[in-house]
Amino acid sequence: MSTQSSARSTGPAPGAARPHAARPPVDDTSVPSFESSGGDWDEIAAEIAELGEERIVVNMGPQHPSTHGVLRLMLEIDGETVTEARCGVGYLHTGIEKNMEFRTWTQGVAFCTRMDYLAPFFQEAAYCLGIERLLGIEDDVPDRAQVIRVLLMELNRVASHLVCLGTGGNEMGATTVMTISFTAREEILRIFESITGLRMNHAFIRPGGVAQDVPAGLSEDFWHMDTEVRKYLAQLGDLMLANPIFRSRLVGTGHLNLAGCMALGVTGPVLRSAGLPYDVRKSAPYCGYETYDFDVPTSTDADCYSRVVLRIEECYQSLKIAAQCIERLERSVGEPVMVADKKIAWPAQLAVGTDGAGNSFEHIREIMGQSMEALIHHFKLVTEGFRVPAGQVFQTVEHPRGELGVHLVSDGGTRPYRAHFRDPSFNNLQAVALMCEGGQVADVVVAVASLDPVLGGVDR
Amino acid sequence: MTEKDPGTTGGSAAEPRTDVTAGGDVLAAPAAPEGREELEVVEVRTGMFGAHGSGDTSGFGGLVRPVTRPLATPRPYGGWYDEVVDVLAEVLAEGGTAFDAAVEGVVVDPPAGSGARTELTIHVRPEHIVAVCQALRDDQDLRFELSLGVSGVHYPGDAGRELHAVYHLTSITHGRSLRLEVTVPDSHPHIPTTTTVYPTNDWHERETWDFFGIVFDGHPALARIAMPDDWPGHPQRKDYPLGGIPVEYKGATVPPPDQRRSYS
Repeated sequence: MSTQSSARSTGPAPGAARPHAARPPVDDTSVPSFESSGGDWDEIAAEIAELGEERIVVNMGPQHPSTHGVLRLMLEIDGETVTEARCGVGYLHTGIEKNMEFRTWTQGVAFCTRMDYLAPFFQEAAYCLGIERLLGIEDDVPDRAQVIRVLLMELNRVASHLVCLGTGGNEMGATTVMTISFTAREEILRIFESITGLRMNHAFIRPGGVAQDVPAGLSEDFWHMDTEVRKYLAQLGDLMLANPIFRSRLVGTGHLNLAGCMALGVTGPVLRSAGLPYDVRKSAPYCGYETYDFDVPTSTDADCYSRVVLRIEECYQSLKIAAQCIERLERSVGEPVMVADKKIAWPAQLAVGTDGAGNSFEHIREIMGQSMEALIHHFKLVTEGFRVPAGQVFQTVEHPRGELGVHLVSDGGTRPYRAHFRDPSFNNLQAVALMCEGGQVADVVVAVASLDPVLGGVDR
Repeated sequence: MTEKDPGTTGGSAAEPRTDVTAGGDVLAAPAAPEGREELEVVEVRTGMFGAHGSGDTSGFGGLVRPVTRPLATPRPYGGWYDEVVDVLAEVLAEGGTAFDAAVEGVVVDPPAGSGARTELTIHVRPEHIVAVCQALRDDQDLRFELSLGVSGVHYPGDAGRELHAVYHLTSITHGRSLRLEVTVPDSHPHIPTTTTVYPTNDWHERETWDFFGIVFDGHPALARIAMPDDWPGHPQRKDYPLGGIPVEYKGATVPPPDQRRSYS
């Protein structure tokens, strides 16, 4: 398995049994426990009443449909009141950060895009911005590439917020909210598919620029999408915001004030719902955000309802930024989308081949038939990669769920020495205890939905 | 995992830096980039492609490449960095801590003058991390009120300073960001917890304990967060194997990622 020469005191000895979890988390068989996979709780409630126990711990998840993913909530309840709430995470840990240490800097993009799968472009962008800072080529990245990045990120923000609103509604039993949201998201995914070829896990933003220029007919597709998404957003607003059931479940629940947000490092819509207009796009602009016209909506209600309103408003703001991107893209047709430095820029542009994918024919003809040096260069850059000067960098971007930070350490090699992602969902889940304790069990679902955790990002 | 020749690991800054190897290859120079004083050598790697002990058929066997880290940057650091460091020194002195006792060094990274936006790293001794965090959070001229978490880095070749914990702090008030870096030896991986100053570091410290084995003394519940509770070892350490199995594809066998050839 490994050829290392020594093992440290805390590590497993080489050749020893593979590390694995050996026992179940709770050994105590004397504690009565019940399992429920949905349906009616009456029987369980009757049995528990017979036991006469004071303290009841309810394990919600990790496979519960209303926990937004493989999140395990451990709730200690007294009647309908939650007296203690704790989160269990880690069920989706796949070692993405460790794996990135074994791939080139460029290959890392294909890994980090899979972390928060609902907002893949934000991980890609933050990671690439970090590499560019380490390389010292931040100012050399072409404007058109930055505009494409902003366009993708803002559309992605809308898509991500739509999933948040849709699944949040679904968890409260409003299936129509979910179907409308996902239909609207579909329109955006269609744009992503036309630009990157994929609907998620794009690996499209690369160190130095983006993988490829946008297709010719993007403007028409965009304006069609813009009309449709605005229509669906209006429907969502009509369905949710004045709905008495919706209001009674969301207004005043999941309260987290500004002091709580700051202490727990909660950022994004939850922080803005507490009244602080903190947005990395404004406070530390990247990708040229300082040149776009947009507002940062805030509220002072600090409850779940205000977060829904903010997310809908943020969708409109993102569409506004995206429209500005489309105008800029129309003005900069033909400009490069990758740095000029051929020692960093990915050598091949892609083209649609007979099988639906592939490298551009001109490039293949050049390296295979005309220039031996071009072939060597292509081969070295693709297999070995480029070297990044030693140092470390921390790049943050405004993720739909808060501030995403990427900590990259380079030892001067062709691979990241360490890549760490400060995922906003991971951090924000710490607020569950503060938001839920003292409230009703039904409010837990609403509060968690308003944090909008994506467990792929939490566990990485 | 990068292959290491046992004979040359554990190199330090004191080790002579030969420019020509025994094999006659000239080093890919560990020269410091412009504007930076020197680089600290934390490890030396030899050869290429990850092949060792089979004779030097590639011609790269004599290649020696040091793993480096930037040393302390001399003043002036540039921008607001000098002001923040001065105010921090003042506040620490008021609290009865000498700046030099608490801070090992200040690094501006990437080096100023390289054209890139720079970042400030303050290397703090483990016993003073809480005092430094408290000063950075509470003083009105510093006001780094938002912590963006803790991440670990493992340098197995850096004897006595193997484990690093990196704290990322942001001042929303002043629109600034900086980094604190704490170094502890693998034999005594203890750092006082900063959850008393930044409650948000709770899960981040658990994550760093889980993946690197750094013990945060005084943490309210330092349990593993991503791995199961009884998992042996700390997976993000460099000496922990990545794992994986060979995969067959159309008759060829692709080795797992840590056994493929490596260039660094």
